[in-house]
Amino acid sequence: MSTVTSDTENARAAVVVVDYGLGNLRSVTRGLERAGADVEITADPDAFAAADGVVLPGVGAFREGVENADPIRDELLAVTETDTPLFGICLGMQMLLTTSEEGETDGESAVQGLGLVPGTNVRFAEGQKVPHMGWNELTVEREHPLVDGVDGKYAYFVHSYYAVPDEDGATVATTDYEREFPSIVANDDGTVFGTQFHPEKSGETGLRILQNFVDMCADA
Amino acid sequence: MVLTKRIIPCIDVDLDEDGNPAVYTGVHFEDLEYTGDPVEMAKAYNESGADEFVFLDITASAEGRETMLDVVERVADEVFIPLTVGGGIRTTDDIKETLRAGADKVSITTGAIERPQLITEGARAFGSQCIVISVDARRRFDEEGEHYVDIDGESCWFECTKKGGREGTGIDVLEWASEAEARGAGELFVNSIDKDGTKDGYDLPLTSAVCDAVETPVIASSGCGSPEDMYDVFTEADADAGLAASIFHFDEYSIEETKTYLDEHDVPVRL
Repeated sequence: MSTVTSDTENARAAVVVVDYGLGNLRSVTRGLERAGADVEITADPDAFAAADGVVLPGVGAFREGVENADPIRDELLAVTETDTPLFGICLGMQMLLTTSEEGETDGESAVQGLGLVPGTNVRFAEGQKVPHMGWNELTVEREHPLVDGVDGKYAYFVHSYYAVPDEDGATVATTDYEREFPSIVANDDGTVFGTQFHPEKSGETGLRILQNFVDMCADA
Repeated sequence: MVLTKRIIPCIDVDLDEDGNPAVYTGVHFEDLEYTGDPVEMAKAYNESGADEFVFLDITASAEGRETMLDVVERVADEVFIPLTVGGGIRTTDDIKETLRAGADKVSITTGAIERPQLITEGARAFGSQCIVISVDARRRFDEEGEHYVDIDGESCWFECTKKGGREGTGIDVLEWASEAEARGAGELFVNSIDKDGTKDGYDLPLTSAVCDAVETPVIASSGCGSPEDMYDVFTEADADAGLAASIFHFDEYSIEETKTYLDEHDVPVRL
């Protein structure tokens, strides 16, 4: 797999964007660079360990995402044993949870997510327009460095499933789409977190979130 | 708060005489007029509050396609809002290349009509969220359709056309919209050959009928001449997004003005 390194000078933090073969990595890379990161797009686990922060991006289906990421599963889990922030975006966030209705064929073969934020991803109700696609509002529910300055702002969503963490405390922000759902989640110590929306597609608000993330990486 | 209605500027990009990419705007899919540089235009829209950006490659040649992927890359580097790219997409490899260049979604018209399986394959490989099926509809007042609506007392059906409206297909738009949705399309672009470039409003009967037929988000296109036209398509036809080209390109209305008008008339928008 090819490795791409950006040439940002005076970067505040070195961030790895995990390339597990899904989706458009260009926008998230440019967004992180604009936020002050030096970005490496790679699937090389050695790079995860050396980075100040790791981004798990992703668009597409849960099963495919989890299967594609399977060869680097242990290395991703190892990142979370240090203070290095792990940031899942969209499908990458859903993969932080334990399971998804999307991956299920039956109980036996349910696809296992990373299980870093215990919970499951469920589909929006019948009769709702799916995917939930477009700009919707963030309501911050609790403190977390990622959400500094974004309460009440709009972010860009595209998804048909949403995260339901087992613990209410894992919900950092919510959004209303005919029902309130968690749009940002985090683990107990706050170093593993994810956004259901795409910060790299959410204009100024998204760039603010990416800056907050880079700040966390620089401090870690 | 609820999901906001999206305002989406669209540019048609062709090669100019020197083989450089340029933005053109037309009437009834013809009579194209040069209106600017695509990358500069995309940057300006990104800063002006556009909710998304649509980029249609109308070159329809292999040479044009290479140039366009380069432009898509340059646009994607400047634009931090969703980017949809359409034009000439016929295979899953085309979809992959376009997404790799930095598009978030691809818009497919003729390629999907000629081989509907492309929708299924694309949705399976890349996710429904990036498969936009674009319909170029035209009104027909004969007996050959399947679903009829009343337009000014006349019974009308909508036919899917291909090749930019130059060829009919005999396929009823509402049948096709349902099939596209069932195959995994994540969004539908609804263009109207009858309204394209006229600036006398979207095709409301068409947009309404498609919105009623599917649950997938619907983007109304063709015919927008003013913020009032946007208001009508959101309130009378329940479209999820309104696409416009010339009113923004020629600075007749800004995106901000359009959104302010909608906000004052209780249509939810991102301000």
